[in-house]
Amino acid sequence: MSRMMRAIAGLGSAVALAACATTGGADAGTKPASASANDFEKDPYPSTYRAYPGAPTALVGATVFDGTGRQFDNTTVLLRDGKVEAVGSGLDTSGYTLIDARGKFITPGVIDIHSHLGDYPSPSVDAHSDGNEATAPTTPEVWAEHSVWPQDPGFSRALANGGVTALQILPGSANLMGGRAVTLKNVPSRTAQGMKFPGAPYGFKMACGENPKRVYGGKGRAPSTRMGNFAVNRQTWLDAKVYAADEDRKRNLGKETLAGVMAGEILVHNHCYRADEMALVMDMAKEMGYRVTAFHHAVESYKIGDLLRENDVCSAIWADWYGFKMESYDGIPENAALLQQAGACVVIHSDSDQGIQRLNQEAAKAQAAGKRMGIDIPDGEVVRWFTLNAAKAMGIDAMTGSLEPGKMGDVVLWNGDPLSVYSRPEKVWVDGALMFDALDPKHRPVSDFELGQQGEGDVK
Amino acid sequence: MNRLLAFAAAAVALAATPAQAQDFAIANAHVATGDGSAPMKGATVIIRAGKVAAVGADVQPDPSLPVIDGTGLWVTPGLVAAVTDLGLLDVGAVSNSNDTRASKARFNAALDVAPAINPASQHIKVSRANGITRAVVSGGSSNSIFAGQGAIIDTGADPDPVMKPRAFQMIALGEGGARIAGGSRNASHAELRNALREARDFAAGRWSGEDNLLTRADAEALGPVIEGSQLLLIEAHRASDIRAVLALKQEFPALDLVLVGATEGWLVAPEIAASGVPVIAESLQDLPERFEQLASTQSNIGRMRAAGVKVALNAATIENSHHYTQYAGNLVALARMPGAAGLSWGEAFAAISSRPAEAIGMGGRLGVLKPGAVGDVVIWDGDPLEVSSAPLRVFIDGIEQPLDNHQTRLRDRYRDLDESELPKAFDW
Repeated sequence: MSRMMRAIAGLGSAVALAACATTGGADAGTKPASASANDFEKDPYPSTYRAYPGAPTALVGATVFDGTGRQFDNTTVLLRDGKVEAVGSGLDTSGYTLIDARGKFITPGVIDIHSHLGDYPSPSVDAHSDGNEATAPTTPEVWAEHSVWPQDPGFSRALANGGVTALQILPGSANLMGGRAVTLKNVPSRTAQGMKFPGAPYGFKMACGENPKRVYGGKGRAPSTRMGNFAVNRQTWLDAKVYAADEDRKRNLGKETLAGVMAGEILVHNHCYRADEMALVMDMAKEMGYRVTAFHHAVESYKIGDLLRENDVCSAIWADWYGFKMESYDGIPENAALLQQAGACVVIHSDSDQGIQRLNQEAAKAQAAGKRMGIDIPDGEVVRWFTLNAAKAMGIDAMTGSLEPGKMGDVVLWNGDPLSVYSRPEKVWVDGALMFDALDPKHRPVSDFELGQQGEGDVK
Repeated sequence: MNRLLAFAAAAVALAATPAQAQDFAIANAHVATGDGSAPMKGATVIIRAGKVAAVGADVQPDPSLPVIDGTGLWVTPGLVAAVTDLGLLDVGAVSNSNDTRASKARFNAALDVAPAINPASQHIKVSRANGITRAVVSGGSSNSIFAGQGAIIDTGADPDPVMKPRAFQMIALGEGGARIAGGSRNASHAELRNALREARDFAAGRWSGEDNLLTRADAEALGPVIEGSQLLLIEAHRASDIRAVLALKQEFPALDLVLVGATEGWLVAPEIAASGVPVIAESLQDLPERFEQLASTQSNIGRMRAAGVKVALNAATIENSHHYTQYAGNLVALARMPGAAGLSWGEAFAAISSRPAEAIGMGGRLGVLKPGAVGDVVIWDGDPLEVSSAPLRVFIDGIEQPLDNHQTRLRDRYRDLDESELPKAFDW
């Protein structure tokens, strides 16, 4: 009965908050159509996400990494109406639920720019293999959100163990053009739309190198070589340009997406390992009139930090994965530090349902590798690698990724320094609503799949 | 200070000639012996003739011994990584460089990784630089549930990596073994039992060679398994699969079993503990990746340990084997989480040093700093389980090891991007 009451009481505030969320979403969704080559419905599968209710909350006395690179000691963070209200000391906390955060640490919610939760969910059985439409080398017409299974238990692990509050779900890398990526709030939902991050731009997954040429070369068709990769890409862009300029065009799902990329509305996330290929891809983008927002995996980015800085392209990378395939052979743990030293943008990513639970540790390893070679990067900058930099590369940095007043109340309270292996998330808020509490065994999400199974509701 | 310099000079001189074990002491360090105890402060480790000679806070080195000042540093035994594919591949996805599986081989149990191990493998070098001095190496099952015979190796920079060849036989049961055996768990159990019976017949001279399914070589290779002189490592994950493995002991009492994987081991922890079978276990796997892993949790190792299971941390499911320390550190972090089960620092370190050594019959010899153990010592720049720490020096059998590799050479070349005088290719 009391749970029911709480649910009903919660609805009232949910409706109140929904108004704000809708307004925000509408602003982002009603850009003048004439600004784009596309004149079709832009948002046919709109987000139905609404922030859950949260009490005004004051986290008092923590060490705060605000995501912009800054660190504040013995500081208070105020959350109200789903937003970060203030970060500072001497704040008036009357009327707020007080949480003693002394000796603890606060960061913005962790953001993973590269995840396949939902489109390669657990259990990873063939019936769930929904990340690669590996039937043609370019499939710009597919959208990852149509594959996302919201009951993937991985979402809850990313929340509870990783402090992840937002994540981008990408198609796989079998295809040169894998399709649209979708950005999600890490909140449990009955539908993928209930997780969609309101107002987030779409991403577009591309892939260079071994995967596309292996998958299609193996089928006796183009591309079977790296030069084939480029040829297929370039012709596809040329065709899309013709389409975008054609006033009598018929709708074409793939070309609508490519036109959106060329219009700068959809952000390119390009799986690419080797430095020489990344350099060529940046020139292909110039040739065809689009921009690469981030190279993903990018284990050789450290060889071209200057080029990446000049082209303003982020590298979304692991700390130290290497050697599992030929194009990853030159991966080194100093990649992130060398990029930082070159003034290029670093994002720590997972591409793993395990790694997404420890992005903070991955960043700490990358920081330490830099320190050992004489590159000292402050802790605040390192936290930025898995918060604001990820948000920026996903086009959501105006809304989340840092603890600046007015931004979404996406916050992690850690029980120790997040750059230590010994620390874990203690509480996680999404839009000011408490979505995980390590101190309350019932306050953790359990997916439909896990109900009635061994280990249901376990700490995991 | 002079002694330190002399020691360094000796190391350089030795690098040019065949390496020899040196006698030395490391003094005033944080020392973790790897036996599960808490680390000692201000302790000394003495290595003589390639072995650990003494360890403790009250140990005084002979004045003639070269001394490394351990102030502010940590000293541990070399890590023992089990179960790995170290030395069996250069690049996982480059099949010509990868000797971990042999799906078209005519043999299975008879396969022996020892002659295939390449001590110059970059993965061995990277592992060595990350403090792993010994590894349990196995191929994977591919054309049969029997993966073949694995070895115990050292990761030293010398041409002789194999410490113990044919140390164990490896079998996959559960979902993976079932697919290999023809499509079901019952098929894999039938294959296992048939093979063990044929091996018994072979050993007893009752081998016809005509109505046998095993080749002669495979039947011969399983002889030591049947008589219990060779360990039998069995990978299984589901609680019921683990019970089925433990039940083998009733049918084949001599089997010397080790469980590998055991994602759901915590559900059957009391039974595993009672059996005495050691486990090289999944650590941080907390997702139902497969139906045989529905109850997976990061508390798996902590709960088994609390129930009295002899449990080590499996290095096989870690993306890179140098994440070994990180995973152990995470188990320490779990100990602070309500409802979770982790390990003490000492037990977590033991789970990547002495416990894997004990599981593969090398207890007291590997993964531990105690008199008589191999002289594998790692000097760390900080807490070895912390993600920010790394080895400064690594000794194997008392011999200081080089820590450079392909990665460190790339790091040094690309420290800057200056090509104003010559291309990067000249920077080496």
